[in-house]
Amino acid sequence: MSEELLTVFTWLTPAGPLLTFFVIILLFNRFKTLSWVLAWLGILSSWIFGWTVAFNIIGDFFENYEHLVENPTVVASSIAWIPAGTFQQWLRIGVAADALTAIMLIMVPFVTTGIFVYSVGYLRWGEGRGVNPVKGKPNHDGIDPLFSRFFAFMSLFAGAMLLLVVADDLLLLFIGWELMGLCSYLLIGFWYARTYDNPEATPPRKAAVKAFLTTRIGDVFMLLGIVFFYRVFGTLTFTDAFTAESLENAVNLIGVGLIAVMVLLLFAGTVGKSAQWPLHVWLPEAMEGPTPVSAVIHAAAMVSAGVYLMLRLFPLVAVAIDTVPQAGIIIGGIGAFTAFMAATIAVTQNDVKRVLAYSTISQLGYMIAAIGVGAYIAAAFHLITHAFFKSTLFLGSGSIIHGMEHGAEHVHDHHTDPQDMTNMGGLRKKMPFTFWTFLIAGFALSGFPIITAGFWSKDEILAETWFEGGQGEVLAFIIFWALVIGAFLTAFYTMRQISMVFLGNSRTKLAEHAQESNRFMVVPLVALAFFAVTLGWGGIPEDFPIFGPILKENFFHEFVGTTVEATLEELAELGVISGGIEAIPTNNFPLIASITVALSGLFLGWWVYGRKSLETGQQDPLVRPLGPLYTFLFHKWWWDELYQKVIIQPTKTFSRKVVYELVDKGIIDGTLHLIGRSVFRLGYYMKRFEEVVITGGVDWLKDQVLSLAQEFRTIQTGRIQEYILVSVLIGWALIVVVLLINSGVLDGILN
Amino acid sequence: MLLLPYREQRIEKLRRAIYRKKQPVTLFTGQRIIMTIQQIIFILISAFTLFMALVVVVDRNLFRAAIAMMASFLGVAGLYVLLEAGFLAVAQLLVYIGAISILVIFAIMMTRRLMQTHESPFNSQPIWGMIGAALTFVLLALVAIRTWPQSDFPGPAPVPASVLEGNVTQLGLMFVRPDQLVLPFELASVLLLAALIGSIVIAWPEKKS
Amino acid sequence: MIPLWWYLVVAALLFCIGLYGVMARRNAVAILMAVELMLNAVNINLIAFWRYTDPADTTGMAWAIFVLAVAAAEAAVGLALIISIYRSRDSVVAEELDTLKY
Repeated sequence: MSEELLTVFTWLTPAGPLLTFFVIILLFNRFKTLSWVLAWLGILSSWIFGWTVAFNIIGDFFENYEHLVENPTVVASSIAWIPAGTFQQWLRIGVAADALTAIMLIMVPFVTTGIFVYSVGYLRWGEGRGVNPVKGKPNHDGIDPLFSRFFAFMSLFAGAMLLLVVADDLLLLFIGWELMGLCSYLLIGFWYARTYDNPEATPPRKAAVKAFLTTRIGDVFMLLGIVFFYRVFGTLTFTDAFTAESLENAVNLIGVGLIAVMVLLLFAGTVGKSAQWPLHVWLPEAMEGPTPVSAVIHAAAMVSAGVYLMLRLFPLVAVAIDTVPQAGIIIGGIGAFTAFMAATIAVTQNDVKRVLAYSTISQLGYMIAAIGVGAYIAAAFHLITHAFFKSTLFLGSGSIIHGMEHGAEHVHDHHTDPQDMTNMGGLRKKMPFTFWTFLIAGFALSGFPIITAGFWSKDEILAETWFEGGQGEVLAFIIFWALVIGAFLTAFYTMRQISMVFLGNSRTKLAEHAQESNRFMVVPLVALAFFAVTLGWGGIPEDFPIFGPILKENFFHEFVGTTVEATLEELAELGVISGGIEAIPTNNFPLIASITVALSGLFLGWWVYGRKSLETGQQDPLVRPLGPLYTFLFHKWWWDELYQKVIIQPTKTFSRKVVYELVDKGIIDGTLHLIGRSVFRLGYYMKRFEEVVITGGVDWLKDQVLSLAQEFRTIQTGRIQEYILVSVLIGWALIVVVLLINSGVLDGILN
Repeated sequence: MLLLPYREQRIEKLRRAIYRKKQPVTLFTGQRIIMTIQQIIFILISAFTLFMALVVVVDRNLFRAAIAMMASFLGVAGLYVLLEAGFLAVAQLLVYIGAISILVIFAIMMTRRLMQTHESPFNSQPIWGMIGAALTFVLLALVAIRTWPQSDFPGPAPVPASVLEGNVTQLGLMFVRPDQLVLPFELASVLLLAALIGSIVIAWPEKKS
Repeated sequence: MIPLWWYLVVAALLFCIGLYGVMARRNAVAILMAVELMLNAVNINLIAFWRYTDPADTTGMAWAIFVLAVAAAEAAVGLALIISIYRSRDSVVAEELDTLKY
């Protein structure tokens, strides 16, 4: 395929969904069926364009590997956008496609399409209007009243993510980034009218605000980073900035320390978007959105964007973490800590979606930790596999909720929480498709050895961290062990969830009457679950026993590696960094650790929760052995409360006491009141002036004129003869005067 | 003075053409008053006219005033005869004495019940009215004498009888010639008609319903 | 030979007598009669000027005729008005007809 056509296709990839958004919002907001058809068409166009581009690049990889390594960016096209004065040049926006873009272009449209298909069923298309549909509330017995709006927002979301993926500069990337922030706000708060009886529960409206504001903190730092980036490189375009020469110039210009600061500023954006500690608090509450939204936010789009940003900036990140160890420690440390912390929290959660939310945070922590130790490919690999199995899990949880709600409709019980796992149990037979897909994806998440994708990607991360630790970095060891414990917990809580939901006896009537979801929801589950398993096989290390030799080479590693390989090699030659990307030797220790923790975690999970079914109302078996630790974990390490106490409350107090009462009421209001009073006083005097002088003067004049008129009106006697007499006398006098003037008698007097 | 310049020049030219050889006649030449018969007749007619006019104005009895008015009109007609305007004198007799005076007498008789003869004929301003009229007369007389002094207009120029006889013909032609007075004449006709109809409408007794 | 100013003075006198009547008489009919006197004074002037300037030109006489016509019309309308007022107000005193008073 010609390069021009490929360029056009790259540009067009995000166009379909973005266009769909406007078309639905502006034209077809009332036509529900047309809306989802349009949304499907939009995402399908992205799928076609995106996969064409992606598979062209993969074709290049197989046919002309050397060329792709030398020229990793297959497509690069930009247009001048804003004239930038300082550098005498235009700020350009553009698209580019390389191997990293290619794998994202394979993943995003596919997963998003699956979610779009699923959404049609999830929002109950084709089930009639329902008894009493309320806008902004979930409709349990009919199509959602805001169905079209949902698809419009989802299209915008998908379009924004694709825009971010194909962007070749930070500006366009940031546009997509912020569009997603907006969409997450709109979609998390999609059921804006929903309220809960429980005062502790967060309604969707508040969750949306929280998500928006929390990610905004990261975005502000990121924007600073972007400005810094522009100041240093004089451009925002990746393909221009991330050449070896440009990076070397930048290092020479400001030094590696400031490069690290720049990276950390940009990393702050990732922390917000990918929900890393300390900005992770928004993500669990983002579960208040409809489940497809959760899937698209936590698997395909939003959180992936944060990791993708780090991968996209990897040449810069590589310079930073290679030359400034502290940068790597911060990034990797945050990732590992998040992975560990979120996993511990997930163990104690009972909400089916919340477990998955913390799981997402945890898995993102793995990716960030991998980036922190420089494991670029491992992070990308885990990003892709995670997107598949996590979206399957989310869609599966949505299916479970749907089934439970069906049961709730059936028994007319609207008080039991259909999302609480303690109310479930025994759904295996009632929802077989959901069970099997959930099981597959769950095993993938747990890293079930050999067959699942999650195993390969997670193993690679562990291997990388172990390798880094072997290089003599003590902190990498700590990261490694944190991730291993996290992996164990992951397997444990996954099995716990599967056991509580699907195994054993039904603990409530809802679960007893649950029913398999409709075909719109089942088909994407199966398709995604298939990839959740098989995708990992693309990344099997070549020296892995048995499987490695069969596949001959580690396709994923080689392919994604092309993106940065040449640049890093050059940098290494220039002496900016110590070394390029290389395949690490297979070490059996992390492999064995990975297999051990995955299997032991799964087994323990089954042993505690699945061996003997929980009874209705039974306390969680972990409560007693963990004691106060359980409470600590159940309350999510008290992070929300801590933020409430340390940040929100002092901010509110400061706002009230200092800003509101002192500054606003005291100084500003005082000044304003002073001005107001002065003006009022002035106005009062002017009013008096007006009353006394002007009104009085006018009135006086009026009275004078009136009294004069009263005097003179008596002239109007109405007697014609008097008029004649007066006229005669006056006329006589006038004529006499005229005569005197004409005769010259008056000349002497007048002159 | 009050006349336009061209008019003055014209009058001067006429005067020279007509009165070059005439001996100027003055009212008061010094030793004695020289009066012709014509002048005596003029004075008599004028005195009669003015006296009757005074009666019209001051008489308590309205009916007598009306009769005096007729007499005054008759005197005016006499003046017209003196001025050799026979047609006008006849018209004066017909219109004023024959028509207007009779109309006035009708009006007086119809409103007579109200007008008792013992009441004052004047309103509240007889003195001021007299002052006004006197002042006006002084002004008019002064202007008349100074503008048309005796030296310039000592008497009417003799004209051939044919001119005077042709007057009426010429007058008639004048009223019907499109380039002369046909329009004012027609307007006067319309005015008279309108006055006639208007009078009838105004004086028509209201219907009592 | 009668000088022109004799006629003019007589006419002026007649005019002023009429004017006096207009200004001083109570009765509306009498006022009307005084007006007729004034009109006659004007006519005397017209005829006198005609005769003393250019007797061949009959414009002066024509205007005298017009005055005559207007006088007739005026008399007719005026008297009709007086009759009408007399009917409605039982009065022909000019001073009492002051409806247009302030």
